[in-house]
This record gives sequence, C-alpha cells and structure tokens, in this order.
Amino acid sequence: MISYALRRVLSAIPIALIAVTVCFFILRLAPGGPFDGERALPPNVMANLRAYYNLDQSLPMQYLIYVWRLLHGDLGPSMVIDGFRVSDLIRIGFPFTLTMAMSAFVVATAIGIVAGMIAAVNQNKWPDYVLVLVVMIGVVVPNFLSAALLQLVFGVYLKWLPAGGWVNGSLTHLVLPVTVLAWPHAARISRLMRGSMIEVLGTNYVRTARSKGLGERLVLARHAIKPALIPVVSYLGPGLSYLLTGSLVVEQVFGLPGIGKYFITAALNRDYGIVLGTTILYMFIILALNLLVDMLYAWLDPKVRYR
Amino acid sequence: MTDTVLSIEDLSVTFDLHQSEVHAVRELNFSLQAGETMAVVGESGSGKSQAFLSIMGLLAKNGRASGRAMLGDLNLVGMDKNRLDQVRGKDIAMIFQDPMTSLNPSLRLKTQLSEVLVKHQGFDKGKAIRHAVEMLERVGIPEPGKRANAYPHELSGGMRQRVMIAMALLCQPKILIADEPTTALDVTVQAQMLDLFKTLTEDFGTALVLITHDLGVVAGVADRMMVMYGGRCVEKGRTDELFYDPRHPYTLGLLHSTPHIAHRAARLDPIQGLPPSLEHLPKGCSFHPRCAFCFDRCLEERPPLAPVEGGREKACFYEGPMTYEAVA
Amino acid sequence: MAGITGKDAILTDYANKLEKLDAPKGRSLTQDAMRRLLRNKAAMVSIILVVLIVLAAIIGPYFVPWGYAEVDWTSIRKPPDLSKGHVFGTDQNGRDMLARVLQGTQMSLIVAGVATVVSVVIGVVYGAVAGYFGGKVDAVMMRFVDIMYALPYILFVIILVVIFGRNPVLLFVGIGCLEWLTMARIVRGQTLTLKEREFVEAARAGGAKPFTIILRHIVPNLTGPVVIYATLTVPEIIITESFLSYLGLGVQEPQTSLGTLISFGAPVAEVLPWMLLAPAGVLVTLLLCLTYIGDGLRDALDPKDR
Ligand SMILES: Nc1ncnc2c1ncn2[C@@H]1O[C@H](COP(=O)(O)OP(=O)(O)OP(=O)(O)O)[C@@H](O)[C@H]1O
Ligand SMILES: [Mg+2]
Repeated sequence: MISYALRRVLSAIPIALIAVTVCFFILRLAPGGPFDGERALPPNVMANLRAYYNLDQSLPMQYLIYVWRLLHGDLGPSMVIDGFRVSDLIRIGFPFTLTMAMSAFVVATAIGIVAGMIAAVNQNKWPDYVLVLVVMIGVVVPNFLSAALLQLVFGVYLKWLPAGGWVNGSLTHLVLPVTVLAWPHAARISRLMRGSMIEVLGTNYVRTARSKGLGERLVLARHAIKPALIPVVSYLGPGLSYLLTGSLVVEQVFGLPGIGKYFITAALNRDYGIVLGTTILYMFIILALNLLVDMLYAWLDPKVRYR
Repeated sequence: MTDTVLSIEDLSVTFDLHQSEVHAVRELNFSLQAGETMAVVGESGSGKSQAFLSIMGLLAKNGRASGRAMLGDLNLVGMDKNRLDQVRGKDIAMIFQDPMTSLNPSLRLKTQLSEVLVKHQGFDKGKAIRHAVEMLERVGIPEPGKRANAYPHELSGGMRQRVMIAMALLCQPKILIADEPTTALDVTVQAQMLDLFKTLTEDFGTALVLITHDLGVVAGVADRMMVMYGGRCVEKGRTDELFYDPRHPYTLGLLHSTPHIAHRAARLDPIQGLPPSLEHLPKGCSFHPRCAFCFDRCLEERPPLAPVEGGREKACFYEGPMTYEAVA
Repeated sequence: MAGITGKDAILTDYANKLEKLDAPKGRSLTQDAMRRLLRNKAAMVSIILVVLIVLAAIIGPYFVPWGYAEVDWTSIRKPPDLSKGHVFGTDQNGRDMLARVLQGTQMSLIVAGVATVVSVVIGVVYGAVAGYFGGKVDAVMMRFVDIMYALPYILFVIILVVIFGRNPVLLFVGIGCLEWLTMARIVRGQTLTLKEREFVEAARAGGAKPFTIILRHIVPNLTGPVVIYATLTVPEIIITESFLSYLGLGVQEPQTSLGTLISFGAPVAEVLPWMLLAPAGVLVTLLLCLTYIGDGLRDALDPKDR
C-alpha cells in the first residue's frame, strides 16, 4: 500500500510540471496578452510586470524564474490592480470557498450514497422512482439556473432564506448556495451508487454472504457497500473539481466572498495574473485530491495495488 | 443412518418473466439421511441449482418456491428471512457453482470465514479467526495462517474452491450442498477434492448433496442419486443400482455418454437432440422427443414418478429391456 | 462542464467493446445499438423534440413577426400576448421574447456545433496518428492526453475567455480544442485494430502514404463512434456556453444565447417571470432530451443492463 502511494505521488509530479509549463506559455504567448504591446497597461503595472517576469531575460530563463517562484509558493501578481497578488486573493477568498465546497461535497456525497443505496434496495418501488426524478433534475438543470429558481422561490416569494449576500457566520446564508452546489453532485453520486449497488446485490459473492445467514443488514454493510463504492470513489475526484469550479458560479450568483467571485471579476477584466495563478492553485488542489481518491480506491479494491 | 435431516415435499420453483413464467423445478420429493451422500445429476438447465437455492432462500428476485423443505420441524420454504438466517450457514450450508466469483473480492479471507462463527457460534473475532485458520489447514491449504490474510484474487481457482468448502464446514452443518464443486478444477485437484469430501462427511457426519453433470464423480462418492430432467426428477435410487441397471432411458443415455462408465457399450452414445426449453416443454413425457424407447402413450401422458422394486423410483412407461443394442 | 451525460464512461465502454471486435462486427455492433435505440420510446421522443427545436431555431425566426433586436414601443415589459404576436411576452426594451429565444437557441446550437466539430476533427486526427504510428509516438501522445484529463477543464475555458474575449465563435473553437480528449482515445483504439486489417495492409503494401491511408481507410470506419460522441458532446457544450454567458463571459449583446437570456431574466424574474421561464424552459428541455438520448445510447450499447 505504501509503495503504491509513493508510485502514485511520483507519477503526479510530471503532470503538475506539464500543467505549469502549459500555463506559463499560455500566459506568455497568448494573443492580446498583457505582454502584447498593443494593450495599454498602466505604467506602474507594466513596470511591475517587467520586474516580476524579468522581461529582459530570454524566454527559457523567464520560464525557469517562473517555476522557481512557484516552488516557493508564489503564484504571481495581478496585472490590473497594482500591488495585488494571487496570494492576497487566496488569503481573502480561499477559506470561504473551501468551506463551502467541502461542506457541499461531504453533504452531497453522504446523501448521494445513502439515497443510491435506498433506491437500489427498493429497486422499481416508489423510493426508487422518486430518486430517479430528483436525480434527473439535478443532472439536467445547470447550477446557475437552479440558483436563480431557488432564489426566486425561497428568497423572494417564500422569504424563508436570504436570497443572497453574506453575513459573517450566518448559516442561513449558506443553505441555498450549498444546496445548489450539492444537488448535481449528490444526483450523480446516487445514480452511480444505485447502479453499482444493484449490480453488486446480484453478484455471486453477495449470494454467498446471504447463504451464511449473516442477516441482510450485515450483508449490505460488510459485503455490498465496499465493492459498490468503487465506481463512486472513482467519480469523487472529477466530482470535486466540478464542485470547486461550480463554486465559481454559485459565489457569483449569490454574491459570496469566495475566490470564485474575484476569479470571475478578474476574467472579466482580463487579468491574466490572477486567472493563471488561481488556475494553477486549483490544479494543484485537484491533483492532490485525485491522489487521495486513488488511495481510497486502492483500499476498496485490493487488486489495484498490484497494478 | 436412518436419521432424516432434510425432507423435501412437492418443491417447485417458478420464475416470473415479463409476459410468462418458467417452471424451473416441479414437484420434487426426496429426503436426506444424516451422513449420506446424495448426487443430483442432469443436463445444464435441468433445475438442479435452483432447487437447492430455493431451499436456501437464495432465489433471484423474480423467483418463488412452493412446497415444503423440512429441516427437523422447520419449513425452510417461504420462511421469514430473519428466522432463516439462524439456520442457513449453521445447519445447512452451500458451496456454489463458481468459486471464482463467489468470494467477496474486497474482503480478506479471514473476515469472510470468521464471520460465520461470530454470527452462529457467538465466538469473538480472535477465536473465530483461529478456528478459520484451522479449517483452512484441514481442507489442505498450505500456510493457512498467511493465506487467511490474503484477498481472494491472490488465490488460484482450486484454492478458492477449498476456501469455499472450509467456509461451508465451519459450523459443522448437518447438510452441505455442493453445487458442481469440481467443474472448475483440473482433474488431479478434482480427485483431491472428492477425497476431501469423503473424509469430511465421515468426520462430521454431514449429509452431502453433490450436484454435478459428471457421473464419474458420482460413482466414486454418492450413496444415492437423483436424476433430473426438465425440472423434474425422472429417476432416483441407490447409485450402484442405477449405474448397473438404469430404468429410465435418460439415465441410460447419461451413463452412455460418460467415458469411464460406458464400458458396456462399444461406443459413446451422446443423447440425441438438445435439452428442452423450460418454456416450451413437450406434451406428455418431456423426454419423449429424444427417447429411443418412446411409444404412443409417452406422447400424450406424462409418466408419474412411481416406485419400482427395491425402493427405487422412476418416471417412465417403458417396461421392456433397455440396451442400445435392443434399439439399434 | 463535462459529465452530464456520463460521456466518458459510455464511450470508453463502447470503445473497449469495439476494440475486441473486428471492423465489420464493430459496424454491426453500432447498427444493433441504433436499432435498439429506435425501440426506446423516451429516446425517440427526445430525438424528435430535439429535431423540432433545431428546426425552430433555424427557420423559426423567418416566421416570427418580430425581429430579435426589433423594439415594439407599444409593448414594453409585457406578458405573453397573442393578439400582438408576442407569444413569450417582451423584455424591458420591448423586444419580442419568442424571437430572442429562437435567436438565442440558434446561437447556443451554433457554438455547440462548432465546438463539437472542432473537437471531432482534432480527436480523429490526433487519435488516428497516435494509433497508426504506434510505439513511442503513441505512448507520448497518449500520455499527453492522460495529463490533459487531469486538468480542470472549466478553468482552461476561462483562460480561453480571457484570451478570445468577445468573439463567441472563436471562443468555442477554443473550447472544441479542449474537448477532443475522449474522441482521441476512442479513435486511437479503433485505429490500432483497423491498421492490422487486410485492406490497410494492402494499401500500405501498395505504397500509399500514411495520411492517405488514415483518410481513406481508417476515418470512414469511424462513423459510429463519431455520431455517439457528437450526441454526447453537444449538451456539454451547451451547458458550458450558457454557463459562460450567464457569467457575462460568453455571448454578448446584442447577440444573444440561452445563457445570456437567462442571465438577463434571472434578476427580473420576480416581476417579469416570462423573461426567465421562456429561455430556461427551452434550455432544460433541450438538455433533458439530450440526456435521455445519451441514456438511450448507453442502454442500446449495453443491453445487459436492463
Ligand atoms: N432468474 C431467473 N429467471 C428466469 N429463469 C431462470 C432464472 N434463474 C434460472 N432460471 C432458469 O432455471 C432453469 C434451471 O436453472 P439451474 O441453474 O437450476 O440449472 P442447472 O441444472 O443448475 O444447470 P447447470 O448444470 O448449468 O448449473 C434454467 O433453464 C434457467 O434458465
Ligand atoms: Mg447449476
């Protein structure tokens, strides 16, 4: 298991490196980029850029400097706001985004797994049909639309919950955003769980477990859930990146102070520095999460460890 | 040896299909004595596995069983699942047809083995694992202590089959149902397994039901046998008598198509034609389209399972001599 | 936002199956799947609805009495009113919502089509080259695909937005350039099997150049995978488009798209609900249908599931 973990970590390094390289060259070579002479940047920003990227050096040298700084945790400056850096943005926005995405992730994964199991055990009975419907809505309605509709219903008409905005520490302000974020994720998880659970419940080894007289509850808990989770776990990685990127929209729509809001603003202002720094940050987070998921996968499916 | 441990009365199994139903097993009757070995033979699809799965309460969702399966004074058919769980695994255990897929790939062997003891004997985990390791040793698994920590995919097919056997024997059940326990194995391992069964039934006094296609296997180990065709029992009796003097043409056909046994015929005679589809069983005797001895009555009327001399039973109207030479 | 149709899983299964069969059987696998699809009621109804929506988006504008940018000064912010020909009502500027929704649908479909075509072309070329040349070329090329898979798609999209700014079609050409990965994998697998076949060997022995062989012998055998891929990709791009437009990063005024319309409708939904509901209804119907078609395709390709 440990050697498997090591191998996975090592294989993630070149991926990270290539990702960084791609990002650097997009930044440097993009048409209409900040280094493009036609774009008028405020002179002090241009001076910062010159200093930061050592524009008088050759391109490979600039690349090395860029990587070197990244290794020291420096994700670069804004190209629009003088003196503002990606690290500032992370300090301001990241705790919020992470809290929101993680709570949505945990809630949605738990609900999805349980709902999928209930549907599988009651295949083709009413709990199953209800789930299929809820899932279909979750999968099909894009989050910005569900956000708008929920705001309208619960915030404007019913006035049960705040339609948007943020008051520090207020949980009610988080209910709608987390719901919007969690719904599609829970829907996909439960869909996967339902399918794999139905499959597992029909396998010979579950029949063996039943033949031992363990009782249905133990059969489910010990024999069925673990193998049924395998496809679910393999979706957790991509699922989390959808959640993190979905939080961009949700923060924007609900006016919440996370990275997403600044990120979108930066994109609208064509602030390459912020956009790229944030992208690289997300990439690292996603790579790390995928590693974690791989470990979980190896625990669930012992065969994987030997590959 | 006259202690009846299981008696089956009018056992039938029906599967619901979308538009129709399939009767996989019909009106099966037999009883099983302590310590004896009974073989159940028949072609693929004749209902062997489903008959015994129904006794274990393990039919697929679309299946239902009727009739009675008396274990002592408990009727296993239609029994409440919670009540059934106190019996299966403990008094009656089953080894399944396919050892490669019948063990849980995500759990260590010791977990899968010990849980039976924890559930039925109330052992704590450590004790249960020690017992499990002992049992692995008895079924001939080398380095059982180490193997107990392995996952199923680390074992060969033969080893997995042994694990299945060990698992079934852990609680020393009164009845062991072994569904084609040797088909997945190569010949040498097959022989070892059969020896193992023999010693184990002798040691534990377990009644063994051996489901198989292979009459060569039956000859070696079974006291009695039951021949199934199209979901019904067509002949049953003591193994030696059925072998030397089969009274049902289908039994005869089976014997003739088994290499080791077909000594009395000059050549191997496979039974002509294909096994019937359960959805469209022919009228009259379901074997008649493939039968060399069939006559008018067989086309119209289904022969009931009726006693012949010597405690045997058969379901056939034909009473004349039965050799292939007589027909050819 | 990849994934509403579970595209990768469906296509990978399908590709694995194709790889195990030789080409003629592969073709009949595709034909069988199509036949099963035709028997699936939900999928058929969805296909018909999608066709109707597409037709309405293309020819509808010619039959609507109002142009999408035309202002009706007599009815501003009016609910649906058949007598004036405003079936879906009007917006704050007095523009006919039906005309705008049709126009928006058209734009959404166009960008989805553009991105899908781009991704198919890149995917086919990339996959065929990797598969045909094999060996080290293949290993390096496919490793690159693996890496791309690991990267957050939507962030790249936003980088593209920053680069291509205000030109939606160019933007979606760019998005197509991100979407081709799955297609490349499938095409590579197919090419690996196809290149062992006699007609390819014969062509090679006859001295045909690699690219001639790829174009003439390999690409024509890829119709099945391409159709399935396209069906599953279009809804993903539609979602991406509406998402970007909603955030103000995609299609801009006076042009319009479903996402743009929703983003204008959402803030005023309390007083002018038709401005949100009309485009939202079309978007959801379209996505729902495309999802059902995707589900139908999956079942058709994997009949044991039922
Ligand atoms: N879930 C089910 N639905 C419908 N029919 C079924 C189902 N399960 C089994 N059957 C049918 O029941 C019949 C008997 O099956 P069974 O498994 O008992 O055969 P068998 O005698 O054990 O054959 P084999 O030697 O191949 O194991 C088969 O024809 C099979 O098609
Ligand atoms: Mg069987």
